[in-house]
Amino acid sequence: MKRHLISAADLTRDDAVLILDTAEEMARVADRPIKKLPTLRGRTVVNLFFEDSTRTRISFEAAAKRLSADVINFSAKGSSVSKGESLKDTALTLEAMGADAVVIRHGASGAPYRLATSGWIDGAVVNAGDGTHEHPTQALLDAFTMRRRLVGPDAGLGRDLDGRRITIVGDILHSRVARSNVHLLTTLGAHVTLVAPPTLVPVGVEQWPCDVSYSLDDVLAKSDAVMMLRVQRERMNAAYFPTEREYSRRYGLDGERMAKMPEHAIVMHPGPMVRGMEITAEVADSDRCTVVEQVANGVSIRMAVLYLLLGGSDTALSAAPARTEENK
Amino acid sequence: MDAQHDATGNAARPVLEAPDIARVLTRIAHEIVERAKGADDVVLLGIPTRGVFLARRLADKLEEITGRKTPVGSLDITMYRDDLRLRPARALARTDIPGEGIEGSLVVLVDDVLFSGRTIRAALDALGDIGRPRAVQLAVLVDRGHRELPIRADYVGKNLPTSLRETVKVQLAEEDGRDAVLLGVKQTAPADAQ
Amino acid sequence: MSKILIRGARILGGEPRDVLIDGETVAEVGTGLDAEGATVIEAEGQILLPGLVDLHTHLREPGREDSETVLTGTKAAAVGGFTAVHAMANTFPVADTAGVVEQVWRLGKESGYCDVQPVGAVTVGLEGKKLAELGAMHDSAAGVKVFSDDGKCVDDAVIMRRALEYVKAFDGVVAQHAQEPRLTEGAQMNEGIVSAELGLGGWPAVAEESIIARDVLLAAHVGSRVHICHLSTAGSVEIVRWAKSKGWNVTAEVTPHHLLLTDELVRTYNPVYKVNPPLRTEADVLALREALADGTIDCVATDHAPHPHEDKDCEWAAAAMGMVGLETALSVVQQTMVDTGLIDWAGVADRMSFRPAAIGRLEGHGRPVSAGEPANLTLVDPAYRGAVDPAGFASRSRNTPYEGRELPGRVTHTFLRGRATVVDGKLA
Repeated sequence: MKRHLISAADLTRDDAVLILDTAEEMARVADRPIKKLPTLRGRTVVNLFFEDSTRTRISFEAAAKRLSADVINFSAKGSSVSKGESLKDTALTLEAMGADAVVIRHGASGAPYRLATSGWIDGAVVNAGDGTHEHPTQALLDAFTMRRRLVGPDAGLGRDLDGRRITIVGDILHSRVARSNVHLLTTLGAHVTLVAPPTLVPVGVEQWPCDVSYSLDDVLAKSDAVMMLRVQRERMNAAYFPTEREYSRRYGLDGERMAKMPEHAIVMHPGPMVRGMEITAEVADSDRCTVVEQVANGVSIRMAVLYLLLGGSDTALSAAPARTEENK
Repeated sequence: MDAQHDATGNAARPVLEAPDIARVLTRIAHEIVERAKGADDVVLLGIPTRGVFLARRLADKLEEITGRKTPVGSLDITMYRDDLRLRPARALARTDIPGEGIEGSLVVLVDDVLFSGRTIRAALDALGDIGRPRAVQLAVLVDRGHRELPIRADYVGKNLPTSLRETVKVQLAEEDGRDAVLLGVKQTAPADAQ
Repeated sequence: MSKILIRGARILGGEPRDVLIDGETVAEVGTGLDAEGATVIEAEGQILLPGLVDLHTHLREPGREDSETVLTGTKAAAVGGFTAVHAMANTFPVADTAGVVEQVWRLGKESGYCDVQPVGAVTVGLEGKKLAELGAMHDSAAGVKVFSDDGKCVDDAVIMRRALEYVKAFDGVVAQHAQEPRLTEGAQMNEGIVSAELGLGGWPAVAEESIIARDVLLAAHVGSRVHICHLSTAGSVEIVRWAKSKGWNVTAEVTPHHLLLTDELVRTYNPVYKVNPPLRTEADVLALREALADGTIDCVATDHAPHPHEDKDCEWAAAAMGMVGLETALSVVQQTMVDTGLIDWAGVADRMSFRPAAIGRLEGHGRPVSAGEPANLTLVDPAYRGAVDPAGFASRSRNTPYEGRELPGRVTHTFLRGRATVVDGKLA
């Protein structure tokens, strides 16, 4: 039974579809005059951020607040953590404050797993990105965006991404978004192709349930969605690629390349984008680019995750009884 | 679940059959038209799962009577329940408010069984976050009593005095393949009803 | 000192014999020896080995007495059946001068549980830039013959070459921690399938193998001997096998944990499995066992690396690398090598006593169990089975990867020059 959301690999197909369906209902709340639900009243959600990520933090914060949870933002920068306090002591502090859920962003791969399994805290742990490991809510919002665009918001209910071809382009080696997406999209029945220069693909990738290509042009025509990952300029200094210009010539998405994609195909990006590097302004600002939608969908997905983990006495993931006849 | 058996496997006795249900809905439709003076500002909102089917059937009956389409939708109350923490988190059902909205209209909530009244309290809370109707009324197929809140129905298909040891199960063709209201007996009874 | 009669022990796993210890030496080996005036130890079914010798121990003193001291470390060694350990040089201050190695050597003498042979640093401050005063350390009371920057690799080829050449003057040996530093920047675990999934920085096998390849070639070129610390990959085995086939003077060690554990354990993100070199794959483990059995790898060395609890009770990336190993080494070797039929107890004596003593040119240890030899002995009950309980460790640290794991065998008695340091599995 899952009390935490640590890895997209832990989600079954039914879990993932339940989260997407729940997010679909959550998305409708955003259209109402009062964008708030009383569901998590009295629950405390701590956003424990050891890395700066304003976007992810405010997305979780908005999600928790729309569900009426109390939100405590704990930024490690400038706090006791930067003065040498350990993850363990920070966790014990949060536990003493009565945190029902801890949303953790950490630079070290596995930190959320440690937090969830070490016995330091009782609350649910939600991984908001750990090192170069995983970022499961990002993958969920990506899958949600794909389902809405490629299947339809209503038509998609109860459905997965069976047979869709998804291409993920960029720094796979250092990307937690890519790892989570490979797991989740595969679970949802999609076929994933990773595209990167060989230096930015991890040794061991051959065991992943996806294809790897070194050529973007070869796969564009066969993609229902193309997800561009941010490529940090610093990687150049570690000889992962020679120059920015060479990278964007070979792996950047510009208008000409976008034209090779099928009519219905979309362009995705987890943000923040480096315009001129992995994506041109022409593509980023086009109708086919879902970046802004992904941000809005992020709030719906995080509401769904918080609701399913905290909305009952127990998690709903992998065990979701419907409303019974005896509790009218 | 076997249609002839209740949740604990005991034989259940039908108290309403398909023709009864149809007749009862027709009567409720007429009552709505009468009390709402023509029902031109009525919006029917069913409470999932079976309340939604009943609301749609009522909308059809209203159309037969008035010759006009009556807006019909659904209102999921899961996230407004007061017993969320007593059970694992539940899957959500669809909330679908008709395009015209509910502002200034007469909302008739529709559910299959009225029991403790807590579902209706949650529905009123949910409604409050969606808009401000002129008035809210309640239509139920069965009222089995045992209210725990000061709530009553405006339209009742059948009053069914029950004991807390008994179960009431509504079956509708859209979900269950047939129409019936079954009365059964709970065997081991941890009173999980509210 | 009184006499001790060990009755009915199987020496190196052979037929039962009695062994009489008189003072500091083995007086007599035979059957039906006279127990007159001797304390008798009934050792039926037990194995008698020469006292174990560890070429690779971190005793942490001076500098990190919160994790281990010479006293607690030598107690742990005695419990594990060791009568001599080589204390690695990465202390604070670094053991790169005659003064520091003599301090460690003296602390060992005072402990009385186990002989402590200090290892000297190859370069000043382990920085890999400037040779430490190797001769002075050799000439000191500590008589250093093994030099190592362990924890860091002597990666500069010229410095390595000079060190290999220089120690020839006093029959020393350079023990290399083979880790190409540029290939292991930010490395957290073995690079492979598991690291790709876990998103932890990879420590590729080639970073070890490339240094070993270079160093065996250098040793051959300058006619010196080189010792490879904690060899961990199948590729490293191939290179050492090749070097030995050339007749070059290369020796190598393997740790008990690399004979048993794999990188699959890292999936728990439990830093108790974080070690350098990292846990490798099943294929590597099998290659290492085979190499230890056929003699390509000369000996087992513990790389006993104590760390305080807080350095392991944290996220993986923040955790220290290393595992304690002295108290579980023999059990792990029994499980992986003896119980699997790869070597017999004579093989254990060879890989854990004779050969490490020979590599370290250590006198008085690694000697046969026969009359006139120093009474450095270890008595093992191979039938024992028990779960590892770190709470009972003599070491000051508890960072064992075997907590709760059932391992075979137990050291019942350890004798250091005739004096029992361990009796019935407990410190004397």
